[in-house]
Amino acid sequence: MPNDPSETTPRGAPARRVTMQRQGPILVDGPVEVELEDGTTVSSDRFRVALCTCRRSRRYPWCDTSHRKRV
Amino acid sequence: MNHECPGPALPCDRGPVSAAVTAYLRGTGPLPRAEDADAAHPYGDDLQLALYVCYELHYRGFAGVGPQYEWDPGLLGVRAALEHRFLSALRADTPGHDSLDDALAALLVEPVHGTGVSHYLRDEGELWQLREYAAQRSLYHLKEADPHAWVLPRLWGRAKAAMAAVEFDEWGAGRAERVHAQLFADLMTDLGLDTTYGRYLDAASAELLAVVNLMSLFGLHRELRGALVGHFAAVEITSSPGSRRLAEAMRRTGAGPAAEFFYDEHVEADAVHEQVVRHDVIGGLLAEEPHLAPDVAFGIDATGFLEDRLGERLLADWRAGRSSLRAPLAEAAAHSR
Repeated sequence: MPNDPSETTPRGAPARRVTMQRQGPILVDGPVEVELEDGTTVSSDRFRVALCTCRRSRRYPWCDTSHRKRV
Repeated sequence: MNHECPGPALPCDRGPVSAAVTAYLRGTGPLPRAEDADAAHPYGDDLQLALYVCYELHYRGFAGVGPQYEWDPGLLGVRAALEHRFLSALRADTPGHDSLDDALAALLVEPVHGTGVSHYLRDEGELWQLREYAAQRSLYHLKEADPHAWVLPRLWGRAKAAMAAVEFDEWGAGRAERVHAQLFADLMTDLGLDTTYGRYLDAASAELLAVVNLMSLFGLHRELRGALVGHFAAVEITSSPGSRRLAEAMRRTGAGPAAEFFYDEHVEADAVHEQVVRHDVIGGLLAEEPHLAPDVAFGIDATGFLEDRLGERLLADWRAGRSSLRAPLAEAAAHSR
């Protein structure tokens, strides 16, 4: 809520919510620019972005559901 | 072609019910007889095509058919009888999970040795099979995400905001060239298919019509809003891994860049959408209306049931070296292959 001071940063911008899950990607509101280990950047302007945390994604850093259990 | 009533041509009939519905829309005959509607097989060509034609009046209609037929009371009565046959059969035949959690959990695991259509197309699909697959699926993908829009007024709060956000993404996030239906038309062009809306209705199998009719059925009835949400969740949850296999099939067969891109985009987009649909659309809906959990589970299970029927039909035809279509495709244009 923009008019709730407890949810704004010192600069006045609303805090960006990041949703963590133990089994699944990190969800971040887009647009997002991701800096990779080699210094390159990739970006996504989707309204929400799912970032891979299992390291198995073939579209890393984006989630491709490779974290799912295989049976 | 009637300039005041544009749209695709009415399809060829597939039995007495679909014949009467199309004749009625042409103004050349009466509505179907109740005994014919009652006798039609609930998943068969005749009933599914008649129902599809009734529903299509709510999307883009047909050439030469006046728009007022969308709300024709007699035709709506026929549609209700057909819907009752279809929905009753689905409720009786769908193998249901005991709970919504079980239904969702079953979708959230990946088989190590999958045997579905996307596995087949990835491993051994030929270009002619990919063309048939795209021609059939075009009945949905050229109106991708449209049937789900009808649920928006039936949701509110977190569920509505999340559903609208996913739909916005499906419709290109404000950019016409990124509307998923347009991306699918681009795929069809790569495959040498005709991108005209409704072009492949006569070619599509009853199994495919049932998959699309399910969305319209759930979307058009507020009573079935939970099932619509469950259906949408099932599509989004299963889309990413399936799309990856189809993207690989397109790459392996050299189908073309737009054909690859359509499925590559769905790998990434639907990995996000399934999270949003599970946590916020289903979560938000059930926070408001917890009694809808069994309906959400039914929507998931009915979707799986009809998709499995379609998959079995496609694979049975292809493994026997047969076309899966009722009407053959024109040869691909020279530029595509």
